[in-house]
Amino acid sequence: MYVYDAFDHRFVAARVAQFRDQVNRRLSGELTEEQFRPLRLMNGVYLQLHAYMLRVAIPYGTLSSRQMRRLAHIARVWDKGYGHFTTRQNIQFNWPKLEAIPDILEALADVEMHAIQTSGNCIRNVTADHFAGADPDEVADPRPYAEILRQWSSLHPEFTYLPRKFKIAVTGAAADRAAIRFHDIGLVVVRNAAGEIGFEVHVGGGMGRTPFVAWKLKDFLPQADLLSYVEAILRVYNLYGRRDNKYKARIKILLHEAGLDKIRAEVEAEWAEIRDGALKLAPADVAAIAAQFAPPVFAERVPESAIEAAASAADAGFARWVASNVRPHRVAGHASVTISLKPIGGVPGDATAEQMEAVATLADAHGFGEIRVSHRQNLILPHVARDDLPALYAGLVAAGLATANAGLITDTITCPGLDFCALANARSIPIAQEISTRLGDAARQAEIGPLEIKISGCINACGHHHVGHIGILGVDRKGREFYQITLGGSADEQAAIGDSAGPGFWPEEVPGAVETLVATYLALRSDPAETFLATYRRVGLAPFREALDHGAR
Amino acid sequence: MQVVTANRLIDGRVVFRGADGGWVETIGAAVVLEEGAAAAAVAASAADVAARLIVEPYAIDVATEAAAIVPRTMRERIRASGPTAGSEAVALAALGRDA
Repeated sequence: MYVYDAFDHRFVAARVAQFRDQVNRRLSGELTEEQFRPLRLMNGVYLQLHAYMLRVAIPYGTLSSRQMRRLAHIARVWDKGYGHFTTRQNIQFNWPKLEAIPDILEALADVEMHAIQTSGNCIRNVTADHFAGADPDEVADPRPYAEILRQWSSLHPEFTYLPRKFKIAVTGAAADRAAIRFHDIGLVVVRNAAGEIGFEVHVGGGMGRTPFVAWKLKDFLPQADLLSYVEAILRVYNLYGRRDNKYKARIKILLHEAGLDKIRAEVEAEWAEIRDGALKLAPADVAAIAAQFAPPVFAERVPESAIEAAASAADAGFARWVASNVRPHRVAGHASVTISLKPIGGVPGDATAEQMEAVATLADAHGFGEIRVSHRQNLILPHVARDDLPALYAGLVAAGLATANAGLITDTITCPGLDFCALANARSIPIAQEISTRLGDAARQAEIGPLEIKISGCINACGHHHVGHIGILGVDRKGREFYQITLGGSADEQAAIGDSAGPGFWPEEVPGAVETLVATYLALRSDPAETFLATYRRVGLAPFREALDHGAR
Repeated sequence: MQVVTANRLIDGRVVFRGADGGWVETIGAAVVLEEGAAAAAVAASAADVAARLIVEPYAIDVATEAAAIVPRTMRERIRASGPTAGSEAVALAALGRDA
């Protein structure tokens, strides 16, 4: 893991002291709310429906067990005993008092964490594949590059007041688990014919009210040019991005309106000016950062674990959990484990302080103390010996964290919605809970197979509904909550935006509509191995829409 | 009919304007006003914004049902009574209290 150096510690401590002073000046009346609002937002502090909300960055989704214990401590001391993990690998606390937030930030700084740039029109937390460093098919660990981008973008004076927020994601594998094609900049670590490391650069992806799959701007960007090229993109965006209309201010709109060729020419021209300047990455500097992400020392193990096999034979629940939540690791005899934060009928993405501590303890016992947060609102132990899986499972069962549903229909992405969010038009969590309760039977989930439901409570699409295999969007219809359904979206390397499945549903009708879609899929699929998404791509929207029109109500 | 609501500055909690012009945490203790009077109460609340008690006061439409004050929109009903779902609601339900 990356360890703060003396500069990082001073930098974050100075920021905490600055914000403490700003809070004091707000409470003493020196600052008005209008003056204070942009300052608090730059430190991740929102005012939501019921209270302030603090959004804490978890850079590229990597957490140590010590950091996880500190998050639990914060939840217990300054919040109501839980936190909410989000689609941008952040954690949100829903109930902190404004006067307490400087203390919370100090407690975070102590474990090398902060909330800087988790809001505002700046470069946000850089996200990455949650299986980074563990995936068998990875070209290289994307996190050193994400860390380099984080250092470059932190309080970058030129990019503190962009036209709108700016999100960067990095993956080191061809299989896209970081939704990089739906980010302002998406980077894929690749090797060229000469075996050199570089990046495929995608620009202008995004969801929200105007969704776009990103345009590919460059096939191969040499590693040394990462920062200069990204800076060139940001400069072009900062110059030409619209500031007259916040709904048209993201870089995706600039790409859409100006066209890929024009933007590419502008970026290349800017890049030519700065390419050989101070931002050139020296191989030794990249190596020094990469060394901080060196993998743990794995004990040599046989590929097939007899201990795991015996447990699978004895316990069907364990076998089911392995089937859905455990995936291969690049080192023989090891695995990466998804800890589902989607208990059947529960709140997607929430973890109690006790659960966070249990995960930290299990990570120390079985996973080198390393934890990841996925953009799908789950936790990951990336490096676990297969021999340890039964003991880990038992620990997760005891903590209420052994739900066997990763990638299945109850593993929804769900935004906080109208239960918490000041922007929402409709509730998301109760819809997710009802779908989970109705479809949560283990055998039924296994029969349905991989199916991603994503739910947003407003058009801003924090719940990624555009890329749900089944997407659900809550809107306001004449003062009542109403839900529109989209089908066939996908956030992976075959990125697609879902198609509208018709006029929509009242809240109580939504779970039935989902059941209708599932039944339609099961009847249409060519064989049990054909997934919902594959079936949808083969047969198209019509049979699903017809089933909804006739069956759902 | 309307009541005036805001968030408290120091902790962000939802508050309502009471009969004595003070701020109360439960909508049941709020003063119900006709539209014109509510607009005047919002204007008068500017003093409490300046005094750093509250932020962003505004009036909401309410109905009175069986002596209870019920906001007309789902958003304001959720603001008045807390999340309808979520760990907060679950934890409070387990304790036998309303969220």
